[in-house]
Amino acid sequence: MAVLPILTYPDARLKEISNPVERFDTSLRDFINDLEETRRAGPSAVGIAAPQVGHAWQVVIVDVSTNRKPVPHHGHLILVNPEITEWEGMEVGREGCLSVPDYTGNIVRAQRISLSAFDPFGNKLEFKMEGFEARAVQHEMDHLDGLLFLDRLVSRRNDLFLRKAQKKYHG
Amino acid sequence: MSNWYMVTLVGEDRHGIVAQVTHALFEGGCHLGEASMIRLGGNFTIMLMARCELESAQVEKLLQPIADELGLRVHIDPIRGHLHEHRIPNVRVTVFGADRAGIIAQVTGTLADAGLDILTLESDVGGSEERPLYIMHLEGLTLEPIEAMQLAITRAGLKDIDVRVSAIDTVMG
Repeated sequence: MAVLPILTYPDARLKEISNPVERFDTSLRDFINDLEETRRAGPSAVGIAAPQVGHAWQVVIVDVSTNRKPVPHHGHLILVNPEITEWEGMEVGREGCLSVPDYTGNIVRAQRISLSAFDPFGNKLEFKMEGFEARAVQHEMDHLDGLLFLDRLVSRRNDLFLRKAQKKYHG
Repeated sequence: MSNWYMVTLVGEDRHGIVAQVTHALFEGGCHLGEASMIRLGGNFTIMLMARCELESAQVEKLLQPIADELGLRVHIDPIRGHLHEHRIPNVRVTVFGADRAGIIAQVTGTLADAGLDILTLESDVGGSEERPLYIMHLEGLTLEPIEAMQLAITRAGLKDIDVRVSAIDTVMG
């Protein structure tokens, strides 16, 4: 295993759209091990996405189980080719990113999501998640579309009141 | 040698102030750091970090023609330019209520005693002249449990205002 260098903005590779994983083989799993070691080596990151280490693959890792404030969670998640199939509600929350050091901002995300993905062996996974974990997954999945949280910033000044949930579905 | 200054300008708000001020600083060889501009009671206020080779008096001279033209007061302080050292807040406090003297002092005093370092604070007076409404947001950092902040606010007995203390849980990914 190895700690990989984290790309930081404005590295153009962070703006690339990642490719779906087609081969669930040893090289994928070796890479995922390196990605996890890289996440753990960083400053208390709850997630990491393959493009952050320069691999344009649809792979993210999320683990909010050790968050300082306990939140609902599904443990340590390795999500290959993840897809949000349904979302509901919107709320503003604070985000930072290993690829954007020394800055945090307010971002609007879905409160609850339904998610499908594959594990590192190609087995289908499905989750329903909410709140902090759902936010972390959405943050990481944005990397797969070449988006950073900077692309979704809203004003710190005007978005601090709690918002009433709005229902919306797609997919 | 490069010097950092905090440039503060205050005056009546009018169109194009930020553009003209920052253009003059740029033309004068200043590199801008972090900045905050806001209207307070209809007044224009801005604080800008500026780095340049100039002495304080030279920066002031650079801005004086625009300040005179736009009716702005200029204040320049030498500072240490601490960039890339943001502290991440973990508490947000929202306060609102009928305006009266002492709200900000009571709330911030209570929170400071409970162990909160305030990182940002903004307040507005809304409502009408007859029934003014005071609204304040602040964000801060504490090593204490958030419940300690909430308990301190409850014990302060500020019954005429609404104070909401909530955690800011930052997703770092």
